[in-house]
Amino acid sequence: MSFDVKAIRRDFPILNETVHGKPLVYLDNAATTQKPQAVIDTIVDYYTHTNSNVHRGIHTLSQLATNQAENARHIVQKFLNAREDREIIFVRGCTEAMNLVAHSYGALHVNEGDEIIISAQEHHSNIVPWQMLCEEKKALLRIIPINDAGELLLDEYAKLLNERTKLVSVVHVSNTLGTINPIKEITAMAHKYGIPVFVDGAQAVAHFAVDVQDLDVDFYTFSGHKLYAPTGIGVLYGKAEWLEKMPPYHGGGAMIRSVSFEKTTYNELPFKFEAGTPHIEGVIALGAAIEYVWSIGLETISKYEDELLRYGTEQLSQIEGLRIIGTAAHKAGVLSFALADIHPHDVGTILDNDGIAIRTGHHCTQPLMERFGVPALNRASFAFYNTKEEIDALAAGLRKVVRMFVN
Amino acid sequence: MTTDLYQQIILEHSRNPRFLGVLTDAHTQAEEYNRLCGDRITVFVRMRGDVIEQAQFTGSACAIAKSSASLMMTLLQGKTIQEAMDLYNKFQEFLTQKTVNEQTNKTLELGELRALAGVREFPSRIKCALLPWKAMAKAVHPEGKC
Ligand SMILES: Cc1ncc(COP(=O)(O)O)c(C=O)c1O
Repeated sequence: MSFDVKAIRRDFPILNETVHGKPLVYLDNAATTQKPQAVIDTIVDYYTHTNSNVHRGIHTLSQLATNQAENARHIVQKFLNAREDREIIFVRGCTEAMNLVAHSYGALHVNEGDEIIISAQEHHSNIVPWQMLCEEKKALLRIIPINDAGELLLDEYAKLLNERTKLVSVVHVSNTLGTINPIKEITAMAHKYGIPVFVDGAQAVAHFAVDVQDLDVDFYTFSGHKLYAPTGIGVLYGKAEWLEKMPPYHGGGAMIRSVSFEKTTYNELPFKFEAGTPHIEGVIALGAAIEYVWSIGLETISKYEDELLRYGTEQLSQIEGLRIIGTAAHKAGVLSFALADIHPHDVGTILDNDGIAIRTGHHCTQPLMERFGVPALNRASFAFYNTKEEIDALAAGLRKVVRMFVN
Repeated sequence: MTTDLYQQIILEHSRNPRFLGVLTDAHTQAEEYNRLCGDRITVFVRMRGDVIEQAQFTGSACAIAKSSASLMMTLLQGKTIQEAMDLYNKFQEFLTQKTVNEQTNKTLELGELRALAGVREFPSRIKCALLPWKAMAKAVHPEGKC
């Protein structure tokens, strides 16, 4: 395997930082990833040479900016293997994509007595918009349960599907448990009833290749900032046949074809869903981030990260009193654990003092915390710039915590 | 240094909290919740006139919040509401002042609460230390004057 992690780390300037005098060990990649120099340079270049509004002007810079932004859309289309560029809608992130679909698809198709299915693994962003929609429409939210390993119970899911079901929305990879869900199966089962499926790919796209046509999902979303791109930019993929039928989400500039006070006609896809001036440098930098990921190769990334996860699981399992939460057969990127009865907040503070950044808290998945009977969890999450040495540092830090608190 | 934060007395109180448990004949109780980390502390108080005759707490929380609750409890018993609130204000000042003048420090009567001085260096943890105090203030001042 020609994977030189030392060379990779040089691409990420922030990895040279020290925290409390110690080298930064960044293991909070599921929250947000660090940015490679290529992405940082893209933003600087854009503001140094190109800055202009898109789809607005005939002047050179506006055309340059428009070309770069539309080129980024094409990169995303290839990245997800969507059929067409117009199936790629730029949004702020997963949260906005879910709200967009909840509003727009909800207005079109969800009525009193209808049902929407989500899973027990969902991030709050894939719970609350559906709850709000259900409340408004007097529809019902149904939940696919999980087993103790953190895997969806597909038999139970099969029982939930019926003629009243209007949408299934599930997470591809759980941000808390790391479980990779069998999306192809989930989609096939829903499609038997003609029900569309929305998949939250926030924790998936950085770890393995996603092919929306192969998965046959109807909607898919990811946030750029979890894929080495800036915050504030994300993607909603939707099958054109659905997006065509759905009403706009926000009204304003760019999403219209013509406006008069009597009647407004809407622009074509994707612009119908992109009201207002977009996050132009974010769009372009997202394209740069994807090209950076391609330059390493998602297969190489998956292989290396799987090895990190395997090593991390093995090392952490040896720590007395440590219980790993999320032991699915198929996992990616995430290692959550409880440490004896030590509160994660205390664990996080002590590790931080050694320069080690992990996530502690409820991970925006409070229903999951309840399911596993913990008020909060510790989570280490990996990116391809992490090393086994960093996992060793984490293990040593955790042993120190145990020494302080237990005995 | 985290050893300054997690002094022995704090670890000890967090392991064996004093006055822990539901107070069944409480006159008043209040819960405080830290949204960030999920810490939850409930304070129970039985009053005699304006005196806190007995106070106890329950909750699931980090070592800082738990030890702060336990230490608070050791100080609260038998205090008037006014005295309890004074103590709360002094403790709050103690945690948020950049430097504490030695002379005022001595007159603060915070006793073992001083062990929480290390929290000053960890701004994100000041909330934890104050969580049980907020619950106490809410319990004795239900109209929210705190
Ligand atoms: C699984 C999952 N879904 C959705 C989100 C929300 O992403 P964003 O905050 O970028 O909209 C996150 C972020 O933590 C996540 O992990």
